[in-house]
Amino acid sequence: MVIKTIEDLNAIKVAAQATIQERRNSQKQIIIGMGTCGIAAGAKAVWDAAEAAVKKLGVKDVVIWDTGCIGMCQKEPLLDVALPGQPRVTYGPVSPADVERIVAEHVVGGRVVSDLVVAKL
Amino acid sequence: MAEAIKIDSVPNYSDLPFYSKQRRMVLHNCGTIDPDSLEEYIANGGYEGLANAITKMTPAEVAAEVKKSGLRGRGGGGFPTGLKWEIAAKSVSDKKYIICNADEGDPGAFMDRSLLEGDPHAILEGMAIGAYAIGADEGYIYCRAEYPLAIARLKKAIAQAEEAGLLGKNIFGTNFSCTLHIKEGAGAFVCGEETALMASIEGRRGMPRPRPPFPAVKGLWDQPSNINNVETFANVSYILRVGADEYLKFGTEKSKGTKVFALTGKINNTGLAEVPMGITMREIIFDIGGGILDNRKFKAVQIGGPSGGCMPESLLDTSIDYDSLIAAGAMMGSGGLVVMDESTCMVDVAKFFLTFTQSESCGKCTPCREGTKRMLEILEKITDGKGEDGDIERLENLAQAIKNGALCALGQTAPNPVLSTLRYFRDEYEAHIKEKRCPAGACTNLLQYNITDACKGCGLCARNCPAKAISGELKSVHKIDQSKCIKCGVCMSKCPFKAIIRK
Amino acid sequence: MSDKAREWEALAKLLAKYRGTKGSVIPVLQQAQAIFGYLPQDVLVEIAEKLEVPISQIYGVVTFYAQFHLEPRGKNIIKSCQGTACHVRGAKAVLAAVRQKLNLPEGKSTTDDLKFTLETVACLGACGLAPVFMVNDETHGRLTPEKVSAILDKYA
Repeated sequence: MVIKTIEDLNAIKVAAQATIQERRNSQKQIIIGMGTCGIAAGAKAVWDAAEAAVKKLGVKDVVIWDTGCIGMCQKEPLLDVALPGQPRVTYGPVSPADVERIVAEHVVGGRVVSDLVVAKL
Repeated sequence: MAEAIKIDSVPNYSDLPFYSKQRRMVLHNCGTIDPDSLEEYIANGGYEGLANAITKMTPAEVAAEVKKSGLRGRGGGGFPTGLKWEIAAKSVSDKKYIICNADEGDPGAFMDRSLLEGDPHAILEGMAIGAYAIGADEGYIYCRAEYPLAIARLKKAIAQAEEAGLLGKNIFGTNFSCTLHIKEGAGAFVCGEETALMASIEGRRGMPRPRPPFPAVKGLWDQPSNINNVETFANVSYILRVGADEYLKFGTEKSKGTKVFALTGKINNTGLAEVPMGITMREIIFDIGGGILDNRKFKAVQIGGPSGGCMPESLLDTSIDYDSLIAAGAMMGSGGLVVMDESTCMVDVAKFFLTFTQSESCGKCTPCREGTKRMLEILEKITDGKGEDGDIERLENLAQAIKNGALCALGQTAPNPVLSTLRYFRDEYEAHIKEKRCPAGACTNLLQYNITDACKGCGLCARNCPAKAISGELKSVHKIDQSKCIKCGVCMSKCPFKAIIRK
Repeated sequence: MSDKAREWEALAKLLAKYRGTKGSVIPVLQQAQAIFGYLPQDVLVEIAEKLEVPISQIYGVVTFYAQFHLEPRGKNIIKSCQGTACHVRGAKAVLAAVRQKLNLPEGKSTTDDLKFTLETVACLGACGLAPVFMVNDETHGRLTPEKVSAILDKYA
């Protein structure tokens, strides 16, 4: 859609907010920080491990997406988990070996993995 | 396995020391949205600033709003952005350019990269607002080639914005049009200087030229041009969205808003922090940054890159704003903060920056080309243990000559790292010159690693030595071949018996 | 078609695309270098002729910017960051370990087997993970001299 007026922009804003809210309500989200720092610390391997873990454990209604740098280079690679109706929880530093445990415990089981947790958004 | 905890007991981001003193206005989308999604940017209020500017305000009103916000250039100099726009707007021409300086060349700075990668639309929006204010319809983003991910995200963002009609012809149904292009830098620090940057966009050697004429009168392809850096444009988007009055609430009298700093070096929490102007260096380093790595002692913080200076412990309570930093012999620069502890040698740091400016000097003017070379030679002599009386004075004379005589700001500020370390750490220079000693134990030509009789012959050092400089029979005292030793210190850190000494 | 012919065909396409565009010298050189791996003399002459820019000016640009290379380079390019943050966190020792591993004394940048070219750069902007280096487009962070060998083995 081509935006021609402020009203058009507003309509897209409202629709986008609804889509984001819908994703929050209905889907389990795994969000990986993929700025240069994250990638340098191994975020690509973490992403692959997340895809593999989701497949292996047969997790349904899950979406994996990437974001930029939130600033905590020290804790890279960072991986966030957000379950429907719950705050987004950040883990770090996450190694590929940790990912399956986070997916099994938090994404599937709904339990926070205390030894890797950083904060919630 | 660790015990499960309730989600309620997980601390909030805002409770973490790293975030509690931050004010994330410019970085609010970084690390929270999908940077490849225009919809997510719009969902958070994106492009409302542009809509406000071009449908409700005249170009002069936009410049006035930015002027009212007190925004000063975030690339280093701190020139008032709104005033810069007013000057460019006054130039009469049927073709003008808006340029974004994304050639973040200062070693130790990566806030612009983070913005470009994490929130590319914020930069495009700021540029379109600037273009409207000065009367330009075309712009360039000059981004360094070392940032391939930033370039990829920008390209995608430009394509999305064009498709949505947020860039291109007749934006928001008005007469205002704006097309943006990306130019990749080719690896020259001096291209961060605005006249050099424009020469580089034109496809020439990136050398600065004398001003006037200023770019606002005669810039890219001899047309009036306005250039701001990445963080400045991100601030512009924010200001036009929330209004100057809201923005003014943060900062000091003469430095408004926030500044993003890259915290690096010997500090516990490395990362990016956006703080209100006026916060102290101590709060940044010890509260946000969590103090010094391995509980060592703080020695200095380098601010402002190769144009900046080193601030000692006595200045930790300085307010972070443009003017206080200049008074302390440093400068805001682009916002890289490199923290140094007692193991960092300040003469070596000065040498490091002079090596950098010397190799990046474009060679056009003599004070910078020859002066930095002579200064570097003296610093090399000192760190090699060959310093002599009068060297410090020679450094000071050369520094003054370069400051007064160099053509561009990069040359004029090149001596700053030497001058500020001389001002606060003169005793270290004197120890190198008079006692042939490096107090920090960092200048490799002034030190040697040796194995004492405490060695049990375990061989751990020899196995870990990347230079294969250590030999010896198992269970007998090992020996370091000084001709092969690269003085990396790995052996000393690996030895379980503290049998390796550095002197 | 030989590799060489393919490269020249790609160059011809590139020059056709940019002919008449102002400010095209640097993007053309960047893309030509991506095609050939470096900028041989005959390529520079061709660019000068087709863009109608004096060869002296092209040579001036090539030798001004650190990114351009007149000599063949290795299959893998290591960019060792010597920025401030890396410097204070031990970049020199990491660089020395790379030189040691690849048997590259100071002043020599490409290995004899053309597998690696070692360059130093001022800052890669991954300071939070200092010290770092880039091999091709991959950034490796939190390096120590001991980690160097295993990382480089992956590219050999």
